[in-house]
Amino acid sequence: MSMLLQMFTYPFILRAFAVGILVSLCAALLGVPLVLKRYSMIGDGLSHVSFGALAIAVACGWAPLAFSIPVVIIVAFFLLRMTEKSPMGSDAAIAVFSASALAIGILVTSLTTGMTTDVASYMFGSILAMDKGDVILSIALSLAVLALFLFFYHRIFAVTFDESFSRATGMNVDLYNSLLAVLTALTIVLGMRMMGAMLISSLVIFPALTSMRLFESFRAVVLSSAVLAVVCFSLGLTASYLFSLPVGAAVVVAHLSAFLLALALSKLRLRK
Amino acid sequence: MEQNILLACRDLTLGYEQQALVEHLTLDIASGDYLCVMGENGSGKSTFLKSILGLLKPIRGEIIRSDALRLSGIGYLPQQTQSQKDFPATVKEIVLSGFLSARGFRFTYSAAELSAAMMHMGKLGILELQGRCYRELSGGQQQRVLLARALCAASKLLVLDEPVTGLDPAAAQDLYKTLRYLNEKEGIAVLMVTHDLNNALAEAKHVLHIGRTRWFYGTTEEFLASDTGRRFGGVR
Repeated sequence: MSMLLQMFTYPFILRAFAVGILVSLCAALLGVPLVLKRYSMIGDGLSHVSFGALAIAVACGWAPLAFSIPVVIIVAFFLLRMTEKSPMGSDAAIAVFSASALAIGILVTSLTTGMTTDVASYMFGSILAMDKGDVILSIALSLAVLALFLFFYHRIFAVTFDESFSRATGMNVDLYNSLLAVLTALTIVLGMRMMGAMLISSLVIFPALTSMRLFESFRAVVLSSAVLAVVCFSLGLTASYLFSLPVGAAVVVAHLSAFLLALALSKLRLRK
Repeated sequence: MEQNILLACRDLTLGYEQQALVEHLTLDIASGDYLCVMGENGSGKSTFLKSILGLLKPIRGEIIRSDALRLSGIGYLPQQTQSQKDFPATVKEIVLSGFLSARGFRFTYSAAELSAAMMHMGKLGILELQGRCYRELSGGQQQRVLLARALCAASKLLVLDEPVTGLDPAAAQDLYKTLRYLNEKEGIAVLMVTHDLNNALAEAKHVLHIGRTRWFYGTTEEFLASDTGRRFGGVR
């Protein structure tokens, strides 16, 4: 118990909690429409592109966020367009994109600085990666995502459920899709350094998937995703501190446990 | 434009880029009309539908919407998509989303909209399903939910894209009965793209048949007497 209390006396842990909870919350909210629209792979692709961009920025000595945020936003638009235009080949295209970005990132690093701890922490995440600037940026981002979600809640639902109908009633569907892409890109760039490029997309996908097993209305799925995101991140980070585990992996395992629990519950409910 | 005309197509040429699929199409849709659009795949049925909905600009010619239609909007029932099959949403959430059109922003639905949604659900016999999850409903029930949403969006014209595809025969008959009720009792004009010739010819007042090289537009009787119609005439 005293270990738990002591945990909150370290500023880096507090920063990790603040950034992690906010990023998880954003990722989970954005994840509901993304998963329902079958765009889950976009999150994964974006995180790898984000890794490539960060690696290049580090190698060239540029500010990592200032370089990678615009790159990832542009790629997000591109991937979204690709998913809309070619439903058959989009998963292959995204896979090609993310593998290539990863490969270029690794090549650039090994040619210049070598695989430093910096790069390793981008791959698998690090609890120490958060500084004051990240905290401020994550607060700003999450406020923006929350505000947009509240403000456009009904419209996000309508566009997610049925694009053709929404288009026919005069809604600007492309605008909502672009908004979704930009916010997802920002969330992934911010969360990646703590969670790791390999694991960040789980923050987007798991809460929505778990909630879909448990609840039947869109509103309940959204609320439950938000709650799950906060709870699982807190559990993961605490476990990571207590048992010296890598934080990204611990959070993903927390999400996996929640998902398996939900799966068992829904199976049990079906049998009744 | 005449008083009861909702939508008028004038010398339309439709298609993608410069490739025309339908040329010199002229027709009117009046209030209370029931028009079935038929034709082979790729003949231009969906292109026609998209143009009516305002999602595609005609290459030439124009589509004139009456003031009444512009005010009330078009109620669209699209084909179901794969991702809707396991979508977690209640019937009520889906029906209400019909009220979100291009008109301004809002946080909640008004009391008038809530009661209108209840009325439409009652009319279509799905009121007791309002709290149920969409993915657990039968195909016929899902179509009723989407129809109720279309009614929330518009009160003058319903546009349906192959609505009976994937329904079992009983559910399809149910849907035709519902549409007949809306058309006759509520005076809502119906425009339906369909492959279900037998039933469509029994229900429709007007037929638009789009062929590879030419199109036919007329009343159902005229269609059955025409060259194209006579080929289908035997099936009635």
